[in-house]
Amino acid sequence: MIAIEGLHKGFGAKQVLRGVDLNIERGETMVIIGGSGSGKSVLIKHIIGLLFPERGKVLIDGADLCAMNDAELTAVRRRFGMLFQSAALFDSMNVWQNVGFALMQHTALSRDEVMGIAEERLKWVGLTDVLHLMPSELSGGMRKRVGLARAIAMDPEIVLYDEPTTGLDPIMADVINRLIRSVQERLGVTSVVITHDMVSAYHVADRMAMLYKGEIIEVGTPDEIRGSANAIVRQFITGSSEGPITAQ
Amino acid sequence: MSDASAQGNPLLAVPGAVGRVVLELLTEVGCISRYLFQSLREGVRPPYRPRDIFRQMEVLGVNSMPVVLITAVFTGMVLALQSYTGFKRFNAESLVGTVVALSMTRELGPVLTGLITSGRAGASIAAELGTMRVTEQIDALTTMGVSAVKYLMVPRIIAGIIMLPVLTIFADVVGIAGGYFVGVEILDANPTVYIKRTFDYLETQDIISGLIKASVFGGLIALISSYKGFTADGGAEGVGRATTGAVVLSSMAVLISNYFLTSIITG
Ligand SMILES: Nc1ncnc2c1ncn2[C@@H]1O[C@H](COP(=O)(O)OP(=O)(O)OP(=O)(O)O)[C@@H](O)[C@H]1O
Ligand SMILES: [Mg+2]
Repeated sequence: MIAIEGLHKGFGAKQVLRGVDLNIERGETMVIIGGSGSGKSVLIKHIIGLLFPERGKVLIDGADLCAMNDAELTAVRRRFGMLFQSAALFDSMNVWQNVGFALMQHTALSRDEVMGIAEERLKWVGLTDVLHLMPSELSGGMRKRVGLARAIAMDPEIVLYDEPTTGLDPIMADVINRLIRSVQERLGVTSVVITHDMVSAYHVADRMAMLYKGEIIEVGTPDEIRGSANAIVRQFITGSSEGPITAQ
Repeated sequence: MSDASAQGNPLLAVPGAVGRVVLELLTEVGCISRYLFQSLREGVRPPYRPRDIFRQMEVLGVNSMPVVLITAVFTGMVLALQSYTGFKRFNAESLVGTVVALSMTRELGPVLTGLITSGRAGASIAAELGTMRVTEQIDALTTMGVSAVKYLMVPRIIAGIIMLPVLTIFADVVGIAGGYFVGVEILDANPTVYIKRTFDYLETQDIISGLIKASVFGGLIALISSYKGFTADGGAEGVGRATTGAVVLSSMAVLISNYFLTSIITG
């Protein structure tokens, strides 16, 4: 469903992605792991056409994002839901307006209907009685969950999660992990999850990929990754400071 | 190139720096025109979002009105004072009212309003949109299939085009009133004569030409400031840079376009 081929991207003199190849099948949950600053957020933004590659391609159902005009891109993007690392809530709108934003823009639903859907999605992510709060009144973890509710409000086909559990307590993290799984099962969505959190990664992944120095160095099922012979992967999943990966 | 020549010959440093600024400016003008065309294209397509436009008109008016009024009244006053001093030399004091009215409506009303709005509204637009850019809110809009140009830029441009003439009318009235106050109360001009001279030579076309200029300034300020906000990067510092840049560039745009608009209108 999503095919990334030879993706290169840099900012100024800094090369971030150096030929990423990755295939994501329909209906699976692909977890991308990798160190801080390795370019995971940059990679996920290419999948939804927020950034465009210097070299290489991103294909959604065989169609190249780079070759699309604005209208086609918009149509493709509307099949996606995305949770940003920073949540990216609109700070001029309250919680239900944030969650219901796309519904208000693209459907003919009434205000009350949108508010109802927003309330239901917020319940999925474990939030009640927040409908009328402003984003500035929320904790970091609550913002994340509102962002998540917003990402799944339109019943998207593909959901991109940029660090969904970062900043949440372990219990809430588990709630979100279960939610990611249940969204996948209930809506049959294809999911791409970026995370540092190995508990979460094993929990939600059908397959995992590790991004290191601008390339995908290993792809496999959670069991394959756990048993990987690659020293870099082994070091990352065990969280050791000793090994081929050195702190920069 | 200019760096090397600047080291060799200090006399060349100034033209070098000027050249660099002009080049940067031209590049920026190119980028801004792209946004202008996109706004036009997307602005004419429904939905038209009147509610967003009204909100922006309100923000713009509330933001700039107090400063515009204060600036205009004192400008009108000083204009009366200065022209009185000058005109007395050839016994033309009775024309003070005329000078104030013509200067305010044709030139100072729109230009001062434009400059003040560049500072107030321009800064606030750039800061708001810049913050939305660096906190990924603009990306979030895009991923939800909503065009940021259509949703954020177009209402601001329309609000600028409508509100600047409104602010200018207030500036004109208050400036003329300030001139009257100085002329009549301080310089002891005859009130009837002063008022007669104010309106005898003032034509509708003077007022209209000022309002047309103001309208263009409003559109330019909103366009430039939104562009600066949209292209902000690098966190809070980047937002600060975008804000300063918006104020500088839109003030320059007001002054430069003022000359060309005036020469077209009078020509
Ligand atoms: N818009 C941009 N302009 C310049 N550099 C950028 C930009 N976006 C990302 N980068 C750089 O790209 C590199 C990768 O960033 P990215 O945000 O993808 O990291 P990440 O893997 O998501 O890290 P983290 O786990 O900390 O979120 C960083 O060094 C960052 O400085
Ligand atoms: Mg990231």
